[in-house]
Amino acid sequence: MNIAEVKQKKKRTIPGFGLTMGFTLLYLSIIVLIPLSMVFLNTFTMGFQDFWATITEPRVVASYKLSFLTALTAAFVNAVFGVLIAWVLTRYEFPGKRIIDGLVDLPFALPTAVAGITLTTLYSPNGWIGQFFSFKIAFTPIGIIIALIFIGLPFVVRMVQPVLENIEKGMEEASASLGANRMQTFIKIIFPELIPAILTGFALSFARALGEYGSVVFIAGNMPFKTEISPLIIMTKLEQYDYQGATAVATVMLIITFLILFTINILQWWTSKRYTGK
Amino acid sequence: MLANHNSVAAETNKPVILTRNATKEPKSIQWILISIVLLFLTLFLVVPLIAIFVKAFEKGADAYFAAIAHPDSMSAIKLTLIVVLITLPLNAIFGVVAAWTITKYEFKGKNFLITLIDLPFSVSPVIAGLIFVLLFGLHGALGPLLQNYDIKVIFSIPGIVIASIFITFPFIARELIPLMQSQGTSEEEASLTLGAGGFKTFWYVTLPNIKWGLLYGVILCNARTIGEFGAVSVVSGHIRGMTNTMPLHIEILYNEYQFSAAFAVASLMSIFAIITLVIKIFIEWKTDFKSSKVS
Repeated sequence: MNIAEVKQKKKRTIPGFGLTMGFTLLYLSIIVLIPLSMVFLNTFTMGFQDFWATITEPRVVASYKLSFLTALTAAFVNAVFGVLIAWVLTRYEFPGKRIIDGLVDLPFALPTAVAGITLTTLYSPNGWIGQFFSFKIAFTPIGIIIALIFIGLPFVVRMVQPVLENIEKGMEEASASLGANRMQTFIKIIFPELIPAILTGFALSFARALGEYGSVVFIAGNMPFKTEISPLIIMTKLEQYDYQGATAVATVMLIITFLILFTINILQWWTSKRYTGK
Repeated sequence: MLANHNSVAAETNKPVILTRNATKEPKSIQWILISIVLLFLTLFLVVPLIAIFVKAFEKGADAYFAAIAHPDSMSAIKLTLIVVLITLPLNAIFGVVAAWTITKYEFKGKNFLITLIDLPFSVSPVIAGLIFVLLFGLHGALGPLLQNYDIKVIFSIPGIVIASIFITFPFIARELIPLMQSQGTSEEEASLTLGAGGFKTFWYVTLPNIKWGLLYGVILCNARTIGEFGAVSVVSGHIRGMTNTMPLHIEILYNEYQFSAAFAVASLMSIFAIITLVIKIFIEWKTDFKSSKVS
């Protein structure tokens, strides 16, 4: 019986495992793993003193702070508006809804450089939008945040939307029939269901914003200590043929990104276990 | 006793409210929320999109077409097309094979493999460029070897292609994995039982099942390849008419204060972006298939 089962299982196996697995690993190694390992290999050869001196330069440290804070703010704004947009798109009917739904993906389809020059033109002091503000937007950290909001806009919407569509209406009805008002139902019943999706969207948006270059270089103004983001520091060091310096800063950025993704993965695992018992 | 009676009365009242709006917000709140969303999206998406075309035609249609027909623009468009034509098939083949491996077989470390495939999503484009400079550059690991054979990768087209492949590496696999997971392996097994070989099974059974998902991944990959800026910027060297892709060309025009010309090329790329969105909506409508993971 047991042997027959095993035999059957073996027979059922689709052929080509070795070939496809081999190709996948080979392509993955050539394109991603080997090149990416160059950053860490080069860091190891540069010696700890040089490495530490480079990554703690005041100008570099200022860029980490700026990149981190602007990316965090943008991801937070995107999380709040992302949930709101997903909610309105799944729950309400209004004219032009399908077009709006399609338009949400624009930041994924539009080249970042195009977004960069357009937002800079709009938000510069005499631009269409910039003229209405008494303070400067383009060429300040606020401008950077606006570019990052644009870039990360679809992430939370597209993560939350399918979850909202699949929430059982019965739970909301039960909650309402037990006397909860709409706000209570949202906070206690709907929102917990959304948390893992929001966290994933937030993480993707945050990671993307941390590394974003194309849209930000135009609107940032790129003043050292004020509006110079970490990817730009890497770029500047490369242009000066300071490969070691560029690599050191890149290592720190990679480690920070991986740590963030790792933390959020754990948070997500923990919340989905706690709230939905999956 | 009295309290008990009240709660019963309250409960008998409830169902009437329930059927009407217990799971819906009042109309007024609905319209406030819709207005906020529309205002936000108008400000962030619609106004910029309109601005691109207004700025592009600021100096008239003649200047617009002159900017696009300029030899530097044409060579940038040509280079972008070359990069797309190499990147897309390679990543499509990889995407299908990787998704097949992950969904049709059981093996240890599957989730780890998916994480590795996703890796390029979380790497800054500038770092993506940097790693290839470290590998293929003059002082890079393979630099001396390449120089011996007089092969140029960095500051030349191969570098741009390989950086683009890295950036768009996960796109197609990422679309296909959830799709193929939901389809399972029973159809392939039936085909194999009936005597078809592995490749025949793939060609006649699997491929027709995943064609829309594949197309979906391909157009997303295409949009990103056309628009990639940071990674390409690092490895290209910005040689005009030689290693300038469309986004790099826009940057040069913009930095030279040729705003109308910059926006003219930008508008061309925006048209590509809009076409991408239309195809995407079409596929979603055709298949009821919605990307479960954003890329």
